[in-house]
Amino acid sequence: MQGKGVKMNEEKGMSLIVKTVTRWLKGFIFLFGAYIVVYGHLSPGGGFPGGVVFAATFILITLAFGREYALRKIGKILASELDSLGALLFLLIALLGIYYGGTFFLNFIEKNHPTGNFNLFSAGIIPLCQISIGMKVGASLFMIFIILSVVRVVFVDGKGKLITTEKKDKK
Amino acid sequence: MNILPLFIALPFGVAFFIPMVSRKIKWVPDVLGNITTFILLLLSLMTLNQEFVYHIGGWKPPFGIVFVLDGLSCLLLIIINLIGFMATLFSVEYMEKRYTSKLRYYSLFLLMIGGMNGTVLSGDLFNLFVFMEIASIASYALVGFGCESRELEASFKYLVMGNVASLFVLYGVALLYGKTGSLNIADVARILREIPYDNLIGFAFVLLIGGYMVKAALVPFHSWLPDAHPSAPSPISAMLSGVVIKALGIYVITRLTFNLFGFNQIISNLLIYIGIISMISGVCLAVLQFDLKRLLAYHSISQMGYVVVGLGLGTNLGILGGIFHLFNHSLFKSLLFFDSGAIEYETGTRDLNKMGLLYKKMPVTSFGTLIGSLSISGIPPLNGFWSKLIIILAAIKAGRPIVALWAVIGSILTLSSFTKVCRYSLYGKGEKFDEVKFKNYKEVGNLMIVPLIVLSILCIFTGLLLIGGENGIFGPVVDVINGGVLQYINKVLGS
Amino acid sequence: MIYYLCFVIFLIGLYGVCCKKNIVKIILGLWIMEYSVNLFLILLGYRKNGIAPILRRGDNIAEFSQKAVDPLPQALVLTSIVIGLGVLALMVTVAIRLYQRYGTFDITEMRKLKG
Repeated sequence: MQGKGVKMNEEKGMSLIVKTVTRWLKGFIFLFGAYIVVYGHLSPGGGFPGGVVFAATFILITLAFGREYALRKIGKILASELDSLGALLFLLIALLGIYYGGTFFLNFIEKNHPTGNFNLFSAGIIPLCQISIGMKVGASLFMIFIILSVVRVVFVDGKGKLITTEKKDKK
Repeated sequence: MNILPLFIALPFGVAFFIPMVSRKIKWVPDVLGNITTFILLLLSLMTLNQEFVYHIGGWKPPFGIVFVLDGLSCLLLIIINLIGFMATLFSVEYMEKRYTSKLRYYSLFLLMIGGMNGTVLSGDLFNLFVFMEIASIASYALVGFGCESRELEASFKYLVMGNVASLFVLYGVALLYGKTGSLNIADVARILREIPYDNLIGFAFVLLIGGYMVKAALVPFHSWLPDAHPSAPSPISAMLSGVVIKALGIYVITRLTFNLFGFNQIISNLLIYIGIISMISGVCLAVLQFDLKRLLAYHSISQMGYVVVGLGLGTNLGILGGIFHLFNHSLFKSLLFFDSGAIEYETGTRDLNKMGLLYKKMPVTSFGTLIGSLSISGIPPLNGFWSKLIIILAAIKAGRPIVALWAVIGSILTLSSFTKVCRYSLYGKGEKFDEVKFKNYKEVGNLMIVPLIVLSILCIFTGLLLIGGENGIFGPVVDVINGGVLQYINKVLGS
Repeated sequence: MIYYLCFVIFLIGLYGVCCKKNIVKIILGLWIMEYSVNLFLILLGYRKNGIAPILRRGDNIAEFSQKAVDPLPQALVLTSIVIGLGVLALMVTVAIRLYQRYGTFDITEMRKLKG
């Protein structure tokens, strides 16, 4: 494309400082997200914010290193499968309530667990539900970001007309 | 009675399961989608004549979420799942031609059905909101499914208006929660009877009813409907016009007006006036259209006006007429949309000017269109006649002859516009009729004919369901609506 | 008093939806309305000088329920934010596709559906 104007496409990542810091921190951010998800029944948080932090990890990797690197870490098909798997797990836990107790969503894991209340393994099925919600929300938000970042706009033409080129992988 | 959660778990489960298995195999979405809707139809027929309150998670009503199954929910469940099954049968062949990516279509479709099932079953205000949002988001995506410029524009318009309506609804729910401290519909009704009337409650009522009237496409909130219905693929148009505006709009307005806030003279007048305006303006705008699906979409607005007038009259006969017209309208409107879809599949156009003499080449489709047109215009002995007759009689008996007069005028205009449809498309010739292409038309495939035949037969024989009047099959439905607030509270909280 | 301010924010968002011509501004107006409804829901649960609704080991339950803010609106708002996020993602996608088809973000140029 010739002409003047801004050529705006996704570059191969940001500067060296950003790349180094991201390489160190991505594990900790992921761990923090997992902490929010798993301790959802004891402190504020739960599935939804934890899932957002999961997605934020991968979005940070995409911004710092470029799309191709992020897609090598967790590809589109894997994200889509994780998404569906999270939802199906949640539904399975709810249906198991019918099998064990007779009502949908019944809390069927015994609540008088040996370690008692206020610990990690209390409150029945709630931590399992939080984990599946976290998986689903994280995978969904990452997929939305990747798919929206497909569009490339080039503002250039000899006569000043807008040209759009896009790479259409998947809607 | 454990099948109530299945109405929600089954569509959602299959909707999330389809993308996992059908990347390589092409026929999986079709088969799974059709089997699911068929099972849902059988399950909904099993819920006839039962009343049940299902406590989710074992928690008792004011603390937990409940599912309430009564006559009104049962009627809506049957409508949703019947038209859903017909639509999945229709879309097996229809979606082959122009649209890509069938697996996303079936996932979104099943999400929409699951969301609507949840809306009609839920007994909790916030749960109602969440399921309504699920069904609405799925329908926003389905309207713009083929990504042409018109379809995207229609989808954006529908999106913005639907989202504003949902925010109004959430505001109303928040106000009611702040005033009463509970989210369960029966509990809120019980507390509202005990505290003195406050302007805030009236404001919450206006917000809620206003938001749901946008979803039901009543005038003056109807402007998304004539753009969204023609642009969607035909099975989705049939679902939108035949089911979604009823399950998300009219059902919730009925439930909130009769079972939560209580029915009084002001609400009755409001419903009747909005109904009459919708009836007349819908039909007047429809007569001028030359785009077949846009004409049908305007008629949806007008028929919803009939239903709201029937419900607003408040007497037993009026309510019976209103709900029977709801049931009939879903049958004949989906039949007409399926017909227009078949016509579009064969001729490639929706413009009435370009069609003509279709009765020679497409006999089953033209028979379906004829039955649908006669039904919607109210010709005896088809089902539209009985429901319109009951509404007009109820208006006269309630001492409001002007309402009956407007209903008759609306009916005459409906007949005139459908005479136009039949003349241009079936028995006469449009002005830009193309002889060359006409020779190649043939009847559409088998799977697309089955919904047309089934719905035509149902249209002819549904009049028989009225035997017994208010004590017959529609007895429980009228009972729920007419029983008012007290009966609902006793049913949900007393169990 | 503060509830009226929430409603004013809601009306500002509604003004953005109704009176602006750029699609991105309409989307922002919708997001502002969403924000104000969520704010209103959380403020409903407020109790003066209240503590966070987290029960610790060894707390008296009766005293706790007198002092804590209401946790139910917080759960409602979590759900509502995620629903709003889904709708926003759909809106942005439709807006991008509209830009590719019409070449502009101005809604007065998109008038192919008439009648």
